[in-house]
Amino acid sequence: MRALVRTAAAAATALALLLTGCGTGGDGGTDGKIRLRFQSLAWQKESVDINKQLVGEWNAAHPDIQVQYVQGSWDSVHDQLLTSFEGGEAPDVIHDASDDLADFAYGGYLADLRALLPDRLTRDIPRQSWRTATFDGGVYGVPFLQEPRVLIANTRILKESGVRIPTPEKPWSWPEFREVTEELTGEGRYGVAWPLKEPVSVTLNLGLSAGGELFHRDADGKVTIAMGEGDQVVPGTIHDQVNTDRSAARTALGMGGGDTLPGFFGGKYAMVPLGFSYRQQVVEQAPKGFEWTVLPAPAGRDGLAQGVSPQTLSVAEDSPHKKEAVRFIDFLLRPANMVRLAKGDWMLPTGTEALADPALHTADRGWATGAALAGTLRSAPAQSVRGYPEWKDKVATPALQEYYSGAIDAAELKKRLVADGNRVLARYQR
Amino acid sequence: MSMRTKRSVRAGQYLALLCYLVFLAFPFLWLISTAFKPAPELGSLHPTWIPQHPTLDNFRQAFDEQPLLRAAANSLIAALSAGAIAVVIATPMAYVMARHRTRLATAATGWVVVSQAFPFVLLIIPLFLVLKHLHLINTLWGLIMVYVVWALPFALWMLVGYVRAVPPELEEAAAVDGAGRLRTLVSVTAPLLAPGIVATALFAFITAWNEFFFALVLLKTPEKQTLPVVLTHFLGAEGASDLGPLAAAAFLATLPSLVLFAVIQRRITGGMLAGAVKS
Repeated sequence: MRALVRTAAAAATALALLLTGCGTGGDGGTDGKIRLRFQSLAWQKESVDINKQLVGEWNAAHPDIQVQYVQGSWDSVHDQLLTSFEGGEAPDVIHDASDDLADFAYGGYLADLRALLPDRLTRDIPRQSWRTATFDGGVYGVPFLQEPRVLIANTRILKESGVRIPTPEKPWSWPEFREVTEELTGEGRYGVAWPLKEPVSVTLNLGLSAGGELFHRDADGKVTIAMGEGDQVVPGTIHDQVNTDRSAARTALGMGGGDTLPGFFGGKYAMVPLGFSYRQQVVEQAPKGFEWTVLPAPAGRDGLAQGVSPQTLSVAEDSPHKKEAVRFIDFLLRPANMVRLAKGDWMLPTGTEALADPALHTADRGWATGAALAGTLRSAPAQSVRGYPEWKDKVATPALQEYYSGAIDAAELKKRLVADGNRVLARYQR
Repeated sequence: MSMRTKRSVRAGQYLALLCYLVFLAFPFLWLISTAFKPAPELGSLHPTWIPQHPTLDNFRQAFDEQPLLRAAANSLIAALSAGAIAVVIATPMAYVMARHRTRLATAATGWVVVSQAFPFVLLIIPLFLVLKHLHLINTLWGLIMVYVVWALPFALWMLVGYVRAVPPELEEAAAVDGAGRLRTLVSVTAPLLAPGIVATALFAFITAWNEFFFALVLLKTPEKQTLPVVLTHFLGAEGASDLGPLAAAAFLATLPSLVLFAVIQRRITGGMLAGAVKS
């Protein structure tokens, strides 16, 4: 009995002591200073460090407008922001990706930045990049970092095979790419490994090069899905590489980008199509002496065009300090700072002046190849289409996965993407 | 059945058990292995169980990049408090529901079970608004309240089973011997319930220790964030990850649960059995 009482008392004391450590947050703000919260999704050490440095530099230069760095997370960012918006607790400055903004923009959670943006920034970022954050005529984010999909290739295998090495000026066409992957395929080796765990965005974004549009908006703004010839080039090539030529690894179809790297380093795959920022993982994980190079993705009727969803900086509609928040964004995205952010994230800046920085045009680690592709990047085809997430999850992902694995043919794919897809979109456009 | 057949069956059973244990242990063993591998080995086509060049770099990097200790302390405060408070609230409630089988108690049990089916996203916005009104956003107090509310239904349901397993005849015998109501509860019922209470507290602790989404939404500043939230900082967009430091940090994050299990394992086993046997 005594032991029980002693234990209970000890537990209660410990609990009380623990709970005394739980204080309230609170922003203060009685000193007349403006305080902004900046939620950043930077996650790689270099990138986090640069973001924090920039916040520190701003705070030192603007004692009356202090910015607090808040570390966000790509995981569940949409739900987290939605809750914060609903609860009136959203950060003032919000880092996100442009394809996540549509719901927030249409929902009235984000400020329309058109009247707030300084001319310098508006001019510096090309129109096609602004389009990625423009919804219903309003601009709800500043696109600042983007990455094309590139081919990361094993230099030794490429040289030994004698195939023509593509450049941004003279890229491979899709049919040529298919031939090359056949040539690179050999004993225990595939020409390419397509990591298609998430097949929809890859297919749609690369499809732009062949004139693929898939989503068609009529004069009333209503979107319907139609699959033309151009839409079939990219999926057709991948399907044939896997099922006809056997030049693409079937096992890679279910993989994420990083999962293909061990096979790539081990010489099992000659090339892997990955986002530009994956170069960092290649640099970190490649075995000593492994030689690799960055090649542009194949080109089609529309050249090297491909869709991207840039990273963006937005301002919450509820923020009482929108002007100051935009001033801070303008500071973060000064050309020199944009270059620092881009290098930290191994991505490309959207700003024209930053993109011209010589540091981003070195042959080292493929920077020059990526920079040469920047002008060809367009708004991802589906990012402003309402109902796209449902179409992607319920219709397109399973259909494309089955098509790439050879379980269904092109006609069935078309039927599902178009007929089933239009039924889904119709519900969102009544 | 001959002796030989019996032995074969027994051997088969042990083999099946061994396979099951290996299956259960695999993710954890692989996590440990990954945590000690240098970057080139993480990207090897032929991964090995034992790191060829074991390194502590991943741990160094994990601690260097993220405030793991502070996050672990926050998680510990939240999880221990949630476990303790949930048990303190649930135990008397469970006793009443188990001993007084009225329609109300039955309906309450049903509601408790149904409430477990609500998805997180359905609850989070109302919860967020309530906590905001109480000025408990970005506080561990707020998070603890949520964890207690979240753990309470299941804790209650578990404890009702344990209370029912304690024969009422024992309490009646104590009463016949002259013990008062409180004395009976403290001296007779509580010791028999102890394993169940420990098991329930552990359940609430682990639920809170592993919880991610509420913590992500409710805690704004880095000083308050818990371990699962900080772990996601090793993850980038589209599944990209800093695998080595992530594995190192995740390995460290599993240790408190393991230690706790090891320390009170006997009591939990006793508690589970007590809950399983009807008088």
